[in-house]
Amino acid sequence: MSSLTILAILIGAGVLAYFIGRMRSIQTCGGQQQNLHSRPSYHGYYLAILTALPAIILLAVWGIAERPLTRYVAMQELPAKVLQGSDAEKALTMSVVDTIAEGLPQLSPEEYEVLRKARYGFVTTSDARDVLARHGVVLGSDPDRSLLAAADELASRAEPAGSRCRSACFALAALGFVWGYSRIRPELRARNIVERVMRGGLFLASTVAVLTTVGIVLSVLFETIHFFQFVSPFDFLFGTVWDPRFATVGKAEGQFGLLPLLWGTLFISAVALLVAVPVGLFAAIYMSEYAGSKVRAFAKPVLEILAGIPTIVYGFFALSVFGPLLRDLGFNIGLEISASSVLTAGIVMGVMIIPFVSSLSDDIINAVPQSLREGSYGLGATQSETIKKVILPAALPGIVGAVLLAASRAIGETMIVVLAAGIAANLTLNPLEPVTTITVKIVSQLTGDLEFNSPQTLVAFALGLTLFIITLALNVYALYIVRKYREQYE
Amino acid sequence: MEAKVEDRPAMTVEQPAEPKETDDAAPAALGELKIKATDVNLWYGEKQALFDVNLEVFGQSVTALIGPSGCGKSTFLRCLNRMNDVIDICKVKGDIRLDGEDIYAPEVDPVQLRARVGMVFQKPNPFPKSIYENVAYAPRLHGLCATKAQMDEVVETSLIKAGLWEEVKDRLDAPGTGLSGGQQQRLCIARAISVNPEVLLMDEPCSALDPIATATIETLIDELKENLCIAIVTHSMQQAARVSQRTAFFHLGKLVEVNDTSTIFTNPSDQRTQDYVTGRFG
Ligand SMILES: Nc1ncnc2c1ncn2[C@@H]1O[C@H](COP(=O)(O)OP(=O)(O)O)[C@@H](O)[C@H]1O
Ligand SMILES: [Mg+2]
Repeated sequence: MSSLTILAILIGAGVLAYFIGRMRSIQTCGGQQQNLHSRPSYHGYYLAILTALPAIILLAVWGIAERPLTRYVAMQELPAKVLQGSDAEKALTMSVVDTIAEGLPQLSPEEYEVLRKARYGFVTTSDARDVLARHGVVLGSDPDRSLLAAADELASRAEPAGSRCRSACFALAALGFVWGYSRIRPELRARNIVERVMRGGLFLASTVAVLTTVGIVLSVLFETIHFFQFVSPFDFLFGTVWDPRFATVGKAEGQFGLLPLLWGTLFISAVALLVAVPVGLFAAIYMSEYAGSKVRAFAKPVLEILAGIPTIVYGFFALSVFGPLLRDLGFNIGLEISASSVLTAGIVMGVMIIPFVSSLSDDIINAVPQSLREGSYGLGATQSETIKKVILPAALPGIVGAVLLAASRAIGETMIVVLAAGIAANLTLNPLEPVTTITVKIVSQLTGDLEFNSPQTLVAFALGLTLFIITLALNVYALYIVRKYREQYE
Repeated sequence: MEAKVEDRPAMTVEQPAEPKETDDAAPAALGELKIKATDVNLWYGEKQALFDVNLEVFGQSVTALIGPSGCGKSTFLRCLNRMNDVIDICKVKGDIRLDGEDIYAPEVDPVQLRARVGMVFQKPNPFPKSIYENVAYAPRLHGLCATKAQMDEVVETSLIKAGLWEEVKDRLDAPGTGLSGGQQQRLCIARAISVNPEVLLMDEPCSALDPIATATIETLIDELKENLCIAIVTHSMQQAARVSQRTAFFHLGKLVEVNDTSTIFTNPSDQRTQDYVTGRFG
């Protein structure tokens, strides 16, 4: 019986326990529900939790712990020489063991017997190798007896976790049910207990999110520190040349200057903001102040759809349509624009973040109290005067926050620049030339053949951390501004 | 109805000095007829909110609009400076004249009208700007002051008239939103009178204030009416009795009765008015 089946049965039992708990609580108070401390459904949840939760937790713990445990036990069969060897050696040996163990269940009883005999030295291990080879498990050499022993141990324990903790789970569920059932009485504070469990569950969920973030940051941080053992942080942060070479070139190390990439990133983002901020802001003003309800009902969702287009599609558009278009346009007026340029990537990225600017600004403009508008109209101001002199100044901090959020999107954006910005790390002021960005280089350093211990690969983590710090700082600052602004009117 | 002989320019900086004829004559001394509303009907979408309202508002006096919640007091008040134009679904029929001119005539610009008919709202709504900028907002908008000195003067006189000058003269650069509720409302009054409107509409200006701030504003209203025509919506009968010379009682979108305040409170002719002012409903 697989763990999944057991889980389904436990959940089913929980549902059943819910109804029984409900009924029981109504029974205990003789139908006088007002005598119950908690409503019947809480008694239901109470019983369901007691029945299903401990058993499910047991199943989960068992499922998580079993594999490392059995591997540990199996490993004890290996000779001391291997156990004391390096981690890499151990891993190598264990992978052979895994291969054998995977083959074991396919053997017929007679063949399995051969293997058992080989394990204990009654036949040679090359017999065992032949048997295994018949089932597609090809070993490079005759396996050591200890390997067979370890594989045997591993295979004998490799059945699904559920099959052995099954009885324990069901026993625990039954125990929980009986105990909970016996405790149901009118004065039982079932609601308090259920709510406490709920709170625990919610807390756990939020912890998972936080821990994941922390985990990601830490792993990137460690790899970055690792990188800095090859390249000094100073050379990385202030180097003006990006030329990582290839890992295969050997000791001839490349140069890992961040500045050209950082410059490319900021340059493209600046162009993007130059496009997105005016268009997005004016769109927001039109939407919130001028548009009739019909226009708004139509245009707002359309703008949100723009936000939902995958960025690879924008990148594709930039690469195949907009870039060539811009190049031809430039050619006609005598400008030399390369098909992938700061301008191409920046403008397309600007279009991509228009919805962010407009929908955030729209919210913020709408948050300016109607009473301020009326106050201004009441003094004989026109609508445009009111917008210019009262609404925008009042909304300004929030709008700045929105723009910062959009900027952080632009800086972290990958697909558009991968396709449309170019790959040459260029320190240039000319928007018609290609540049490259941090994200582009992370992608290119991590695609293709990787050698994980080389600075060429590890630099991607350092770049990632840099990017993370920039966008984090921008986001925190933006949210701080937006929040401060919200407080004014609440 | 007496129409003014010469057309008053939309905006003037100096106050016209209106001579008062009598002081304590009863019934209360009223200025000339300022606003005359005839057969005003108003709809919010399908729903009619005002029915055949006929009301006259006189200068140099305070007219109180009272009535139970939702009876259309605010709605009527907002007709007088065409603030209802801002609401898409709102439709107004009828004839409203300010100094004899139809304010709903096609050639009238509601924006100009609102400079002549100022408004103070229920909740103080100073702009998130400095105290100075709040008061200077409208004069600047209408280009009334050429120089900074003129502007300073307008700001100062407006704040003095609103009884706020002494409290804020040292911190004109402080944000208007940082003042107390009562001060904010007086700032809004200063802001409204900074362009010398002829009429001041007040929609429950004290309902968000404590009794002391309320008393200050009431005194202020009493002073302001010397040069202004004031229409005030209030849910407090005591306030209506204290500050107004004339009172109009609204009920379910209809104007039930309008008369001298003392008459409305002591000897109303309609049973509904009687019930309302004696607190039997509302
Ligand atoms: N903007 C609006 N849209 C639709 N109906 C409104 C609007 N403003 C007011 N009303 C309706 O008009 C009626 C009168 O409202 P109002 O003038 O605010 O009453 P009062 O100020 O006397 O309490 C109410 O029934 C109210 O629901
Ligand atoms: Mg009202």
